Amino acid sequence: MSAAEARLLTLRGVSRRFADAPALEALDLDLRRGEFLSLIGPSGCGKSTALRLIAGLIAPTSGAIEWAGGARPEIGFVFQTPTLMPWADVRTNVFLPLRLEGRSWRKARARVEAALERVGLADRARAYPRELSGGMAMRVSIARALVSEPSVLLMDEPFAALDEITRFRLNDDLARIVRDSATSVVFVTHSIFESVYLSSRVAVFSQAPGRIVETLAIDAPQPRDPDFRLSPLFSLYARRLADALNRTEGAP
Amino acid sequence: MTAPAPRARLRDYVLPLVVFALALGVWEFAVRFWRIEPFVLPAPSAICASLVADWPILSAALRVTLATTAKALALATAGGVGLALVFAQSRWIERAFLPFAIVLQVTPVIAIAPLLLIWLDQETAVLVCAFLVAFFPILANTAMGLASTDRGLVELFTLYRASRWRTLTRLKLPAALPYFLNGLRIGGGLALIGAIVAELAAGAAGKGAGLAFRIAEAGYRLNIPRMFAALALVSLAGLAIYGTLALVSRLALRRWHESALHPDA
Repeated sequence: MSAAEARLLTLRGVSRRFADAPALEALDLDLRRGEFLSLIGPSGCGKSTALRLIAGLIAPTSGAIEWAGGARPEIGFVFQTPTLMPWADVRTNVFLPLRLEGRSWRKARARVEAALERVGLADRARAYPRELSGGMAMRVSIARALVSEPSVLLMDEPFAALDEITRFRLNDDLARIVRDSATSVVFVTHSIFESVYLSSRVAVFSQAPGRIVETLAIDAPQPRDPDFRLSPLFSLYARRLADALNRTEGAP
Repeated sequence: MTAPAPRARLRDYVLPLVVFALALGVWEFAVRFWRIEPFVLPAPSAICASLVADWPILSAALRVTLATTAKALALATAGGVGLALVFAQSRWIERAFLPFAIVLQVTPVIAIAPLLLIWLDQETAVLVCAFLVAFFPILANTAMGLASTDRGLVELFTLYRASRWRTLTRLKLPAALPYFLNGLRIGGGLALIGAIVAELAAGAAGKGAGLAFRIAEAGYRLNIPRMFAALALVSLAGLAIYGTLALVSRLALRRWHESALHPDA
C-alpha cells in the first residue's frame, strides 16, 4: 500500500474564522488508515475546531477537506461530556446511531450488545444515565460511537473530566478497542501522557490561530500495556512532546 | 426507593392533617362560644350541612366549572405546544408572534372578560378566558424546553444525518417534556382561576352556572354557609387538579429527571 492509498483524510490549507477571530490558520493535516492520531496544544488553539471541521459539523472558511473515496465515511464522535439522552436507558442510547439509520431494534440488538460488551457494560444495558458514574457514562458514549462501526472515530478530550485512575483504565480500554477494530482515531487531548500512551502519531498545535508546528511519530511497539507508561521509551517521547509544546508556548 | 421512616411519615402526612383538624375544631368552638351569627362566620359543621343539603346545586356547578377547566386546559395544551413547535422552527416567526402572546398574558383576564362576553356567548367566553390564562405558561415552558435541548445531542443527530422530523420526535420533544409538564401544572391551576374569574364576570344563571356564580349568588342572598361550601369545593378542585398533574409529571419523569426523584435516591 503506497502512502497515497493509505491516506484516509487530507486537510489542505484549512482555515476557519469565527465572528471575532481566526480559530485555525492554513491547517495541513492527513490521517492514515488505522492510525491513532492525537492533536495536542494549548487551550483555545483550535484543536476542537479542527475536529468539528473533520466531522462536518462546521464548514471551513477556506481550504479543502478531502476524504479518500470522495464522500465522508461513517463517523463516530465522542464529546468531552458523555452527552447521553437522560430519558433513555443505556442500550437505547447506544442504539441511537443505528436507529437513526432506520434499523429496527430486532436487527440492531446484537450489535448494540456487542458494543456494550466491548466497553465492559453488558450488565448495565437497562440502567439510566443518571445511575452511572462519570467513567461508565463515558464508556456508554464510546459504545455509542462504535456501534455503527465507523471508519473514523473522533474524540474531543473525552477523558478530561475524569479522575486519573478512571482515565488510565479508560485509556487501556480504548487502546484495546481500537486495536481490535479497523477504526482510525483522531483524538484531541491536553494530556502529554495520554497522547504518548495511545497514539501512533501526535500533531502539536501552536497557540491560536492554530496550525500544526510539529508532528511526532510514537514508534513504540503495539500492543501497549500499562508497563509502557513506566518504560524509558515512554519517558523519552513524553519529554520530546513536552519540549515541542514548550516551543509553541515560546513562539509568537 | 425505601419507605420513609415512621418519623418522617408522621411529619409529612399526619402532622398537617392533625393541625388542620385542630384549626377546624378551634373555629367550631369559637363560633359556638361567642355565638357568632352564621351570616358573619358559619361554623364548619354548618358548612358541611350546607354542602350536604345543597349538593344537587353545588355538584352541578362543580361539574360545569371542572368541565370548563378541563376543556380550557386541553385547548391550551394543544395551542401552547403547537405554537411552541412553530416558534422552534424559526426565530422570525417567534419574534413576529411572541408579542401577541405576551400582551394576552400580561393583560389581566378580568379586564378582557367583559369584552369577550359581548362578543361571544357566555359559555364560550368563559372557556376562552380560562384558555387565555392557561395558554401562556404552557407555551413559554415548552418553547424554553425545545430551545434548551443539549447542543451536543443536537450535533450528534446532525452527525448521523437525522431528518428534522426525527430530531424533533426523538430528541427535542423528549428533552422538552419536563419543561412542558411544569407548564402544564401551572396552566392547570390557572385554567381554574380563569374559569372562576370569567364566571364571576359573566354572572349568568341557568344550566351553565358554575361554582363562582353559586358563590356570588349565595353572597347576594346572605347564604354564607353555602358560600363557604362552594368555596371549599373550588379549593378542593384546585388541589385535585394540581395533585393529578403533579402525579402525571412524576410518573412520566420518574426514571430520569432530577425533579421527580426521591431526595435520597
